[in-house]
Amino acid sequence: MTDIPMDTMVRAAAHPRRDIGLKARYAAERRFRIYGVVAISVGLAFLAIMLITIVSKGYTAFWQTTVSLPITFDEKVIDPSGKRATDPSVLIKANYPKLAENALVAKLGISPDDKPAIKQLKGFLSEGARVQLRDIVAADPSVIGTTRDVNILAAANLDSAFKGQIDLSVEEARRKVSDQQITWMNKLKAEGVMAEHFNSGLFTYGASSRPETSGMGVAIIGSFYMMVIVLLLALPIGVAASIYLEEFAKKNRFTDLIEVNINNLAAVPSIVFGLLGLAVFINFLGMPRSAAFVGGLVLTLMTLPTIIIATRAALAAVPPSIRSAALGLGASKMQMVFQHILPLAAPGILTGTIIGLARALGETAPLLLIGMVAFVADPPTTPFDPATALPVQIYMWANEAERAFVERMSGAIIILLVFLMAMNITAIVLRRRFERRW
Amino acid sequence: MSSLLVLAIVVAVGLVAFFIGRQRAAAQDNGKVKPHSRAHYHGWWAFLLAVLPALLLLAVWAVGSSVYLDRHIHAALPERTVDSKVASEALDVSLVKSLARGLRKLDAGTLAAMPASFAELQPLLAAKGVALASDTQDYMIPIAVEANKVQDRLGLFGAIVILASSIAGAFYALRQIAPRARARNNVERLMLWGLLAASTIAILTTIGIVLSMLFQTITFFESVSPMSFFFGTVWDPRFAAAGSGGSQGQFGLIPLLAGTLYIAAVALLVAVPVGLMSAVYMAEYATPKVRSVVKPALELLAGIPTIVYGIFAVVTLGPFLRDLSAALTGGSPFIQGQSIFTAGLVMGVMLIPVVSSLSDDIITAVPRAMRDGSLGLGATRSETIKRVILPAALPGIVGAILLTASRAIGETMIVVLAAGVAANLTINPFEAMTTITVKIVNQLTGDLEFNSPQTLVAFALGLTLFALTLVMNIVALYIVRKYREQYE
Repeated sequence: MTDIPMDTMVRAAAHPRRDIGLKARYAAERRFRIYGVVAISVGLAFLAIMLITIVSKGYTAFWQTTVSLPITFDEKVIDPSGKRATDPSVLIKANYPKLAENALVAKLGISPDDKPAIKQLKGFLSEGARVQLRDIVAADPSVIGTTRDVNILAAANLDSAFKGQIDLSVEEARRKVSDQQITWMNKLKAEGVMAEHFNSGLFTYGASSRPETSGMGVAIIGSFYMMVIVLLLALPIGVAASIYLEEFAKKNRFTDLIEVNINNLAAVPSIVFGLLGLAVFINFLGMPRSAAFVGGLVLTLMTLPTIIIATRAALAAVPPSIRSAALGLGASKMQMVFQHILPLAAPGILTGTIIGLARALGETAPLLLIGMVAFVADPPTTPFDPATALPVQIYMWANEAERAFVERMSGAIIILLVFLMAMNITAIVLRRRFERRW
Repeated sequence: MSSLLVLAIVVAVGLVAFFIGRQRAAAQDNGKVKPHSRAHYHGWWAFLLAVLPALLLLAVWAVGSSVYLDRHIHAALPERTVDSKVASEALDVSLVKSLARGLRKLDAGTLAAMPASFAELQPLLAAKGVALASDTQDYMIPIAVEANKVQDRLGLFGAIVILASSIAGAFYALRQIAPRARARNNVERLMLWGLLAASTIAILTTIGIVLSMLFQTITFFESVSPMSFFFGTVWDPRFAAAGSGGSQGQFGLIPLLAGTLYIAAVALLVAVPVGLMSAVYMAEYATPKVRSVVKPALELLAGIPTIVYGIFAVVTLGPFLRDLSAALTGGSPFIQGQSIFTAGLVMGVMLIPVVSSLSDDIITAVPRAMRDGSLGLGATRSETIKRVILPAALPGIVGAILLTASRAIGETMIVVLAAGVAANLTINPFEAMTTITVKIVNQLTGDLEFNSPQTLVAFALGLTLFALTLVMNIVALYIVRKYREQYE
């Protein structure tokens, strides 16, 4: 009778572990982990692909092909009837491209009577040569009759060909550069006359219908004005509002309303701010369309909630002991806030402001509605002049069909991303450096 | 005198008052009476009294004189005849005003020998870079000259009043300076009002958004019935060029709304699983080293402007998918270059960091004790996440998804570039569809007559969009807030 329980005990100890599905559960655990890794890789892979495609399309935009030619400022071409002393408009209207063409004809050793060849030459140099040579003559009329070396931009198609972006195996009629032009190009390249230089025009030119003379000069100035306006308006107003809400406001209906409002405004689609700008600033208050000033105001309203939320978090992070100490030493509440709390919260406020500014810099949609999609060739001198913005310029180039514009657009994206990355990295560094745990 | 000059003088007066006030208060401190406020508070009080009332007056004066000028011009205009070429009296007034502004650029000599007809005047003005509407009439020239004179008089008088008030304020404050004067309290009270004013800007913005769109929408509904807007299935606004008078089009919201929701749904299908899984992995599995690399990288993804995503979609991804689908079927592509799928996919990627950072906050807010309890009972990590953490965080995650959805609905640049402009109603995700935001941009770029239904419909669309996102945001914020309170 005693051996039976003994027997069962032994058998229980020897019994293999009950199957509770551990294998399957561990497999599920591994699978789950893999899902996580896959999810993160998808995000990062997309980021990598996007950056690589943009950079590979755009880095060539920072170089531009020019042809260095000895230009003879021939009086017979510029001022055939000799009237420039009495009529200065002669110097403005003169046929400057002819000068460049003559120089090129001489350089390539083409006979001046070879009409078909000269016709092909017309597409070789940029139309921008007109303005370039005119400016030289306007600056110093005594240059007429002399010869000097000038770097002249190659036309966009030749620029693409020079960079090796045009597939030369395609039959001649279906590509934009002819075999003759390629031969000339190779000849000039071998002589070292045609070469790539850093494309400073990308940063200085305004809008143009020709890719090689269009740049982001106007957009950079417009964006700069807007950032200054946003900084000057959004930072003080945002900090003041946060101080009131965080330090002075009593908890009541009104402050609740403000709070819900701010949180909601942070999530309102940006295009709605554009509609607000159009209806209120432009139609109601009669401010100028396309002006950086109006863009700055719209972006200010858009950035305010971001700055307020960041500032409030920074203010709330300052421990109460500092407040009590200041008040205990006889500071008024206002003195306590401005002399003790605000300096301690400054790094957090700065970080939030930089992130808000970065977002404003990349914002496009509201600016489209207030007319900043404009063909602006001359750089604006005040914030009230028509201007564009960096992302808007990118959008406008995206709508152009020519391949050279796509290159410029990708170059512009690279510049925009470099600006944004610099701002974001500054914010991250500031946060790491000055972050204090109390 | 220009208001900018007046402003500069007022500020200069204020600065002088500041220095005198500070000086005086410091001089009075002889050690016998304990001063109530430090010297610079007396200076600031003098500055504020010199500047603030003057600024207020300046604003009132600027608005008042422009209203007066309008009335003056209005009264001076001759009675209108029915067959007048110019469309409205308001337009007449604005023509006179721009003429008057243009005349300001002319020098005194030209003004003295003022030509009587607009045809003679126009080249003179054009030489100064002033472009005027060609329907400016001859009889407007003397009115404009007169208006400029009235404006000069008003400006001079206003400047005198404003400067007088500024100086009076400064004197009043400076006379008040005494050791026991409560300058600090005065300054601080004004500062508090300033802070309060700053915090009401958020409310003013919301009111501005609602009112501006509401008025335009009401005007829009005068020409198009709300029924045919909200329930119409055809979007065909027709183009109304400036001056052509509105031609009647059809403004059906349904195709746009359907496109908006479809694309947002595709985006959420991409963003929610990927974003949620990355947040879970980052919060529960990743080593600190991995986290310190991956987290900034994901933040970088969030910092890229949407225009860049849009361009990537239209320049790279769209053509790639089109060619891929063509290669798959061996002939015609079944994915169009601009499609719901492309736009939704790219928008989804854009939203991944939004979902992941929102849900990261929510997952880490689940108390440690719940996690430890589950792990202690023998659950694996993934079981803890699936059965304990996610259910506990569910309300918060729903809120996060709602916030993300509202971002997806309001997103503009990606869909403008990648979704297409044709207002189709389709269920095939590989075809193009358009969205509310695309149509707002389409209707408002280019030279359109402002008061035509073709333009006003953009505001009706904007209001719809605003209402849609407002409801989502408020519900989401409410849920997230409730959820946070639960575990705090």
